[in-house]
Amino acid sequence: METLIQVFFNPAIIARVWPFLLQGFGTTLMLSALVIPLGLAGGLLLALASTHASRWVRASAMVYVDFFRAFPPLVLLIFIYFGFPFLSIDMPKLAAVALGFFLNTSSYYGEIFRAGIESIARGQMEAALSMGLTKGQAYRHVIVPQAVKNVLPDLVSNTLEVIKLTTLASVVALPELLNNARQAQALTYNATPIVLAALMYLALLWPIVRLMSRLEHKHLARR
Amino acid sequence: MSNLERLIASFFNAEVAWRYLPRIAEGMLVTLGLGLAVIATGVLVGLCLAVLRALRVPFTGWMIVGFADIFRALPPLVIIIVLFFAFPYIGLSMNAFTATWLSLSLVLAAFAEEVFWAGILSVHKGQWDAALSLGLTHWKTLREVILPQAIRLTVPPLTNRVISITKGTALGSVVALHEILNVASSGSSEAGNPTPLTLGAIAYLILFIPFVWFGRRLEKRFAWKR
Repeated sequence: METLIQVFFNPAIIARVWPFLLQGFGTTLMLSALVIPLGLAGGLLLALASTHASRWVRASAMVYVDFFRAFPPLVLLIFIYFGFPFLSIDMPKLAAVALGFFLNTSSYYGEIFRAGIESIARGQMEAALSMGLTKGQAYRHVIVPQAVKNVLPDLVSNTLEVIKLTTLASVVALPELLNNARQAQALTYNATPIVLAALMYLALLWPIVRLMSRLEHKHLARR
Repeated sequence: MSNLERLIASFFNAEVAWRYLPRIAEGMLVTLGLGLAVIATGVLVGLCLAVLRALRVPFTGWMIVGFADIFRALPPLVIIIVLFFAFPYIGLSMNAFTATWLSLSLVLAAFAEEVFWAGILSVHKGQWDAALSLGLTHWKTLREVILPQAIRLTVPPLTNRVISITKGTALGSVVALHEILNVASSGSSEAGNPTPLTLGAIAYLILFIPFVWFGRRLEKRFAWKR
């Protein structure tokens, strides 16, 4: 028990690494705040493309979505980060991370939005158009709001996955929470920083898991 | 050299590709084996937990919810790093394969439990009453009446989860497991050329595109008729 506390919850080490981990936590939040809106916007565009009238637009959206859903996000990130310099394209770390995550998350959000849009009866679009709304207005005021409501649990669930995804940035040494925890562990020869970081992730993400569960069960009950 | 020539020489270099092909193929076998082991363990443990929860065994309910919450909340890479880098401090060392397999299996079990549980809940309560009043035991009701209907509902969401968690096998590269990504990135730094990374990317497409298409077809087949 003593040893367990010494190596997993060492108070002296907690005091020492806390500011450093907090800094990493801030970067994790910042990264999430960058990637989530980008992914949502890209996903919405993809969904509109994959329900588009033109077959070519639909097909290219589907190829994009399937392609980037088949790649593990870490593979995308490594490919961009270590591959692009060979083309003498010098990419800042944050840009490489943001691009890799964008390609991945926009495909997942895209599939969710598409399911949402397809869940809205076609008559709604016809009704909106016959009322004199333009197609854009119909999407903005009629279709998308209802679609979002229908797939809200999936959107929350994917957003949880996106925040978890930010840990991959540690592989290219972007100073987010997991990266800082591993550095602190190497410097202190002690597991406390990693355990502490795990608890910080839990504190951030557990409420989202609870929210997700509640939304899912409410959805089930409504059927 | 024109830009296109440079692109081909660096990302699609035939000589480098030929040299690293066998290693990438070995990496594919590791990824495949790990993926199958994770799917089998995760789905089976998830199903068992959902069954325990449905049978309302005393004290298990809260523990299962806690387990599912924790392993749905924690990022898989964090779990791998805790198992691989933190546990040895208390004398519990495991190799990269075990750490990655265990982490991803725990995550998949947590998500699978929730999916199965949602499936069980969605079967109308009257079916329980009817089966019990016919004299079936709880266990028999669950096994022969509820689960066959519940599992049908769980197929599409479970398939998607299985795909996204199995892709997590790439995280094993962080603890130097010789799966595709690890072999590909060490190959490309050794060769001073990113072609092994291209090979790795193609290897992932070969393994996962069929899954993604399969998932899409399942979704269409099981979609709610409106």
